[in-house]
Order: sequence, then structure tokens, then C-alpha cells
Amino acid sequence: MSAVTTQEATAREPSRLAGAIADGWVLTKRNLLTYVRKPDLLVFSTIQPVMFVLLFVYVFGGAVEASLPTTIPYVDFLMPGIFVQTAIFSALQTGVGLAEDLSKGLIDRFKSLPMARSAVLAGRTAADTVAIVFQVVLMFIVAWLVGFRFHEGVLEFLLAFVGAVSVGYAFTWVAAFAGLSLKSVEAVQAATFTIVFPVVFASSAFVPAETFPSWLQGWASINPVTIWVDTFRVLTLGELYTEASEFDVRSLGTLLWMSAAWVVGIVAVSVPLAIRVYRRT
Amino acid sequence: MADRMIEVEGLRRSFGEVHALDGVDLDVTQGTVLGLLGPNGAGKTTAVRILTTLLHPDGGRAVVAGYDVVRDAADLRRVIGLAGQYAAVDENLTGLENLEMVGRLYHIPTAEARRRAEAVLERFELSHAADRTAKTYSGGMRRRLDLGASLVGRPKVLFLDEPTTGLDPRSRLELWDVIRELVHDGTTLLLTTQYMEEADRLADDIAVIDSGKVIARGTADDLKLRVGGEVLALRVTDRARVPAAAGSVLGLGPGGGKVDNTTGELTIPVGPDGPRLLTEAVRRLDAEGIELADISLRRPTLDDVFLSLTGHAAEETGGGEGDGQVAAKRRSRKRREEGSA
Repeated sequence: MSAVTTQEATAREPSRLAGAIADGWVLTKRNLLTYVRKPDLLVFSTIQPVMFVLLFVYVFGGAVEASLPTTIPYVDFLMPGIFVQTAIFSALQTGVGLAEDLSKGLIDRFKSLPMARSAVLAGRTAADTVAIVFQVVLMFIVAWLVGFRFHEGVLEFLLAFVGAVSVGYAFTWVAAFAGLSLKSVEAVQAATFTIVFPVVFASSAFVPAETFPSWLQGWASINPVTIWVDTFRVLTLGELYTEASEFDVRSLGTLLWMSAAWVVGIVAVSVPLAIRVYRRT
Repeated sequence: MADRMIEVEGLRRSFGEVHALDGVDLDVTQGTVLGLLGPNGAGKTTAVRILTTLLHPDGGRAVVAGYDVVRDAADLRRVIGLAGQYAAVDENLTGLENLEMVGRLYHIPTAEARRRAEAVLERFELSHAADRTAKTYSGGMRRRLDLGASLVGRPKVLFLDEPTTGLDPRSRLELWDVIRELVHDGTTLLLTTQYMEEADRLADDIAVIDSGKVIARGTADDLKLRVGGEVLALRVTDRARVPAAAGSVLGLGPGGGKVDNTTGELTIPVGPDGPRLLTEAVRRLDAEGIELADISLRRPTLDDVFLSLTGHAAEETGGGEGDGQVAAKRRSRKRREEGSA
């Protein structure tokens, strides 16, 4: 009996990984179809960052520009912050989607099927990352239209792009954990926004952190959003940013290392948490 | 016992202080339908969630199609189908896409999954809506699609948790037809319901469950025999006099009776003594000047059985918004407390 069981188990072993990938792909496709069928989901979550760009560039821009070196136009200073903000806010959709699946009984159905246990979360975060790519690309276009320009090379550009999407991917797992824990769409929206909003705004994303009161500067300097945004500024502005006496900027090497560490750290904590709460749901 | 498709022994599960299942024994023979009948909160959904591997039991043993629900959960999922209390379909996918997705998740090859999806749509008379998103479906169509999804994997054992709750009478009748047809094809079915009529129509065998315990077991006829004899049903013309009428006639039968304040109807199991007690009831009510709209002796329904077994009605009569909210809260609290699976 036990011999038979072992044989069966080993025979199934290689196909288990293939099965998990296939299941993850089925659910990724399903979630992407949702974006196609409900375009308002993407449209409205894209309008918001566009509004932020217009608001900051044309309303606050004039005032903020006074605290920037004359060599850096505000729009070039702002857009790295907008890219990070777009990626993070867009990732919150993961929590809403999972809470919706839960309330409609779809998670129960999936759990009763002989599919890989990882597929629901893997498929959801993968599809939402595709949406993040779409939104970040769209923001690059909007940025270009309002006057944003790169001062560095193609490699730096690609690194910045991949970086923004990675940050978004890490936050899809944070949102997945929140969505499965809180269970109701409204609660998830309110909670994730309440947590993410101060993290994004109390950073160097929109205005130089040097203008903050000193206690807030302390937080801003360890805030991962500041680290990511600074990294993107160095990648897009280069020496204009690093050499400006107004800013206290770490070296690119340190920034890349710290950025990656934060992304990996957030994934390392939120993935097991999300899986744990999924199993218990 | 090779022909036992479901065997449950001493199944227990608590959520905090609440004993949702308190030592439940069940068995279902291959190709038959067991109706798990009970009011909201009786433990029906907990039982289904354990049997479909969504929830671990605290104690006892459950074997479905030869697989232990805890130890062999992964293998078991290959041979069961589940349609839960809400129509668990993705409303942004078309009917066809919904079924294909479920087929793929049973690891059926793409072409075969599509073929089966089309066959299921055909069978459930949804072919005309195959390429429409489920959002556009009526409540009845969604339930049929949901039921269809549970069949794509050609399960040996099917679990339907209150399949017709919330449906209008016509959709309910349609769904009953579909379910009867499935059973005809030899699928083993465990069905939970709080509707007596549903259990009566669909189930070969009925287990009445209340407060986490099976309190009676048998065919619909067996259970009706338990009430013994007949039931006296009478309706008072003036609703305001219902309490007075109840006071004077409820004590007539051997085991009390039921008062429905919204319809003004009283039902009293009267045993073999029907005609005499009917006369007595008329005499008493006449003496009090209470006018009757209707009075009759009839064969007991499962409703009456439930009443005589538990002392309370199965369906929450006169349940408005408030009751629904309480039930929904109870469900959501249960979900929160339900542990790993």
C-alpha cells in the first residue's frame, strides 16, 4: 500500500509544478479578462494619478519650484514620485479583487477544486502587475506631455521602469494580505488607502523632504518611498540631482541596493502572510 | 460497505462557544440523494464545508468516495463538485468562459474542457447566453450556471448547499427539474435545504439537523409517519384573535402546535384522533366567538414533522429584512472564525 502511494507521489511530482503554473495562468487570464470587460476599473484608477500630475505641476508646482535648484524643473523632480505612487496605488486593487472573490463565494469554489493552492494568489498578483505595467507606461506618456524629460540613458530608463513595477508587485502582496484579512471591499479600500497615503506623502515624492520639520525628515529619510523615489531621480536626472547642494542624496549604488532590499523585504514578509490567511479563509 | 459514497462518524466542529456540529453521523449510498434539512444555523453549511475539504473538523471522521476529507483532501477534490449558497460565478466572464475556467482547473485539456462546457450549457438551457457575461444573467440563470460549474469535472459526489435559496418559485421549479435529472444519471448528491418541500421532492433520504445534531433520519414518508395520523389546520378570520384561538386549541393535540401570526394559521398534530379533536376545536372556538376562515384535517407535511421533532418551525416565518441581516451576520462571523482548511 505504502509502496503504491510513494510511486504515485513520485509520478505526480514533476507535473505538480507544471500544474501549478497552468492553474496560475488560467487565473491570470481570468483576472486580465476582468480588466478588459470592466475598463472603468483601469480608467478611473488611471485618472487619479493624472489628476495628481496636473494638480502638482500646475497648482503646487510654482510654489515648490522655489525650493528646487534652478537646473531642475519641478515636473522632472515630481514624476519619479508619481511613478512610485501610481505603482503602489494601482497595486491596492489586488486587495479589492480578492475581497470581491471572497464575498461572491468564488474563493470557496476554487478551494474545492483540485487546483494548486498557490494559483489564486499567484494569478491575481500577476494580472494586477500587468495592470501596473499598463498604468506606469500611461503615466510616462502623460509625463512626457506635461514636459517631463529624461536626462540619462536608456539603461537607466529601463531600470527605473522595472523598479517601479517591482515596487507595485511587492504591494500587490501587501494588498492581498489586507484583502483576505479584512474580507469586505469597503474595509479593504479604506484600510489600504489610510495606511498607504501617509507613507507615500510623508516622503520626498512630491516636495523636497528638506522642507519638512526635522522630526518628519527623520521618518522621510528611512521611508522606503523616499528611497525608491530618490533612486528614480538619480536614474532620470543624474548629476542634476546628485550634485545639487539642496539635496542630501545617497550614491546610486547604495540607493539601488536599499531599493531592492526594501522590495525583497516586503515580498518576503507579505507573501507568507497572504498565503497563511488564504489557507485559513 | 463499497457502495457508501459518504460516511460520516461523530463529526464535530465548534466556532468559539458555538458547537456548529456536535457529533454528526451520516451515510449516503451511491446514486442516492440525502437531504440535510434544518433551519439557518443548524450546521448544514459547516457539514458541507467539511465534506468538501474547505474546513477541518475538530473531531470525528468523514470519508467521501473512499477519501478521508482531511488526509486525502487533494485526491478528494478531484471527484467532488460543490455549488455553494451564493452563485459562485465570475460575472465578468461569459457563461462559456466560466465553465471552461473550472474545467481547466480540474486539469481537463483545453479542447475537452470547451466541449464539456458547451455540453453543460446545452443541458442547462444556457446555450443562447453562452457568450454573454454572467453579469447579464437572471438569478435563476446564474444558479444554473453555478450548478453547471460544479458538474464540469463529472464529480462522483455532488454537494449543493441551499441551491434554491433566494430564487423565485418558477426558477426554483426549473432548478428542481435539473437536479432530478442529474440524480437520474446516477450522481450521488448531498443537498442541504431549509425548505421541506425541496427535501420532499428531491431527497431519497432525509436527515433532520438542528443545533449541530441529527435529530431524525429516514425517508420523507418515514418521517411523516412519525408525526402519526393527521394534522389539524385552521385559519382565524380576525388576525387580532389569533392569540386567543391559540390559547384555546393548541393544547388539544399530544404535542402542541404552530402559530403563524402573519397568515393567522394554526397547525396542530392530532395523532389518530383527528375527527374528534376537530369537532372539539370548533366547539371551543365557537364558544369564544372566534370566527374561522378555514379548517381542515390533512396528512402531515415535512414542516409538521420538523415542528414535532424540534418544537420550532424550520423556515423562519414572517422573516423580513431583519432576519436576513441576522443570518448574514451569523454567516460572516462564522467565516471569520472558521479556521484552516
